[in-house]
Amino acid sequence: MKFEFLLGNLKINDRQLPRFIQRLVRKKLAIVCILALLVLYTCGIFAECVSPYGYTDQDYSSILQSPNSDHWAGTDRTGRDVLTRTLWGVQNTLILTVVAMLTGGLVIGVTLGLLAGYMGGKTDGVIMRIGEIFASFPDILLVIILAATLRPRILELARWVEDSTAIDGLVRTGIVDYFVVSFALVAFGWVGMARLVRGQILALREADYIQAARAIGASTKRILFFHLLPNCISVIVVTVSMGMGALTGTEIVLSWLGLGIQPPRPSLGTMLLGAGNIGTLRDTPWELLVPGIAAFIMVVAWNLLGDALSDALNPKTR
Amino acid sequence: MWIYIVRRLVWIPILLLFVSLVTFALGRFGPGDPVVVMLGNRYDESTAERLRDELGLNRSFVVQYGDYMWGFFKGDFGESLRFRGRPVRDLILPKMWVSAQLGFAALIISVGIGLPLGFFIATRQGSWIDPTSVALSLFIMSIPVMVIAPALLWVGCLKLSWFPCSGWGGFFDSRLVIPAIVMGVPGIAGMTRIMRASTLDVLGQDFIRTARAKGLSEWKVNSVHVFQNAMIPIVTILAFSCAGLIGGAFITETILGIPGIGRFAVDAIFDRDYPVIMAITLIGSIAFVIANLIADISYAFIDPRIRLN
Repeated sequence: MKFEFLLGNLKINDRQLPRFIQRLVRKKLAIVCILALLVLYTCGIFAECVSPYGYTDQDYSSILQSPNSDHWAGTDRTGRDVLTRTLWGVQNTLILTVVAMLTGGLVIGVTLGLLAGYMGGKTDGVIMRIGEIFASFPDILLVIILAATLRPRILELARWVEDSTAIDGLVRTGIVDYFVVSFALVAFGWVGMARLVRGQILALREADYIQAARAIGASTKRILFFHLLPNCISVIVVTVSMGMGALTGTEIVLSWLGLGIQPPRPSLGTMLLGAGNIGTLRDTPWELLVPGIAAFIMVVAWNLLGDALSDALNPKTR
Repeated sequence: MWIYIVRRLVWIPILLLFVSLVTFALGRFGPGDPVVVMLGNRYDESTAERLRDELGLNRSFVVQYGDYMWGFFKGDFGESLRFRGRPVRDLILPKMWVSAQLGFAALIISVGIGLPLGFFIATRQGSWIDPTSVALSLFIMSIPVMVIAPALLWVGCLKLSWFPCSGWGGFFDSRLVIPAIVMGVPGIAGMTRIMRASTLDVLGQDFIRTARAKGLSEWKVNSVHVFQNAMIPIVTILAFSCAGLIGGAFITETILGIPGIGRFAVDAIFDRDYPVIMAITLIGSIAFVIANLIADISYAFIDPRIRLN
């Protein structure tokens, strides 16, 4: 939410999209960010092929080893390779954040923002008030409450489905965890997007070409998705980029609290929790290093990219 | 102006009603029976039933909710389920005080350094200082707390032994340093960015050119015209930061062993201690909503254009 203020005075002309890409390419930092994200995410997605170890492989002949040529990031107290587990953690974070962004940010947030901005009146009031309720829960307490109270319910449901149908292994695959976490993230993530899109629509609603479209009898759906949506793309792009940084952070917090992907599947949050207590810090400080850097790179790259995008799209600062 | 304030005031109770209903419903219909948690391995059907009766947990939802809210407005937040017989108010007030002190220390760091820095950077537009510091501030803001807190602990306590490793000893205790840095430094970056953006916005406006044109000294232009107007949006941010003081920071508090409200809230969520969860969520929301209101009203007072709309 921190960035809403900065985005507030963003008025963007989308006809200049190719030039905007040129300007973005000129920003070296943005390119570095894109590359860093690509490399990290690719390694995460192909974690199984990239790493010679499995994430649960315990090698008792090499426990608590500091980084060396066999284990680039060292091993933990059961001899598991820290780098391998980090990559799998990145994969989990990637899946969860992308799912939450697609459903919460793009589908729910953009649609509600479009509706609220264009319809105005009661629709606008109801949508924005609901958003305000979501936003008035203290910080991410809502996400924690949701994740903590929903998980057992959904687990029950999954068990019931397993028992009463032929579908098997729902609980074992951990699909439930993915569902719970993305649901909690979605509840948290749509409000910011809806507000920004609404703001943009409010400015565009009275534009001549929208009136023209209305005059020739275009349907509301057509006006919303063919005329208004394309003109919000730049706001959406910036919000997605910064939102991905925020979502990544929230996902790590959730799994840090033990509400995310459950062990034995590795997640960055649980790894950081394990590495962060004073005993582990004293014995094996390297356990913090690689997962910490991976988490940091994901958050910082999205944020810097979002910043560069908003610069490149904002005619005021050109 | 007054109509505006009244309209905002009317909306607040409705907002809080929804927040309390959602929290209460999530707590009651969510899984995990507090009675089971309380009894532990002494659980048997008849004791559980008696305890439920005693706590009023088998009354209807509406009655329980109404009863709770009535107590809440009289300043009675109920009794904790985890610490039997201890009123929630006595449990959470000292913890809030700890979190507020910590938050205040962090706020001093971020405002004291961030505001002047942001102003300075904005007046140096066009030199290398500006883009570098903007990128740097985002860089610092993006470090996850659960990475930086252990990292500082490792450096400051294990390697250099400058500070004790964890715990709390009040505002003037060396144990405050690490948590205040962990919470305050990202704040510096945030403050700097916001102050810079706000100052730039003011610098580009006509009345600044007029002030220069009528021959005011550069210092006078900066201090009176630019700085004062740039502070308008900052007021909002500061109001929110003050609301955040009560909320605590559960990650920092947990890692660094500080007995604050954030850590207590998370423990309460896991132990299904409904009265505590309710009280913390409600107080947090009230603080947040009121901060929001104060910010909006002060906006309207400072900037006449908002008032007239």
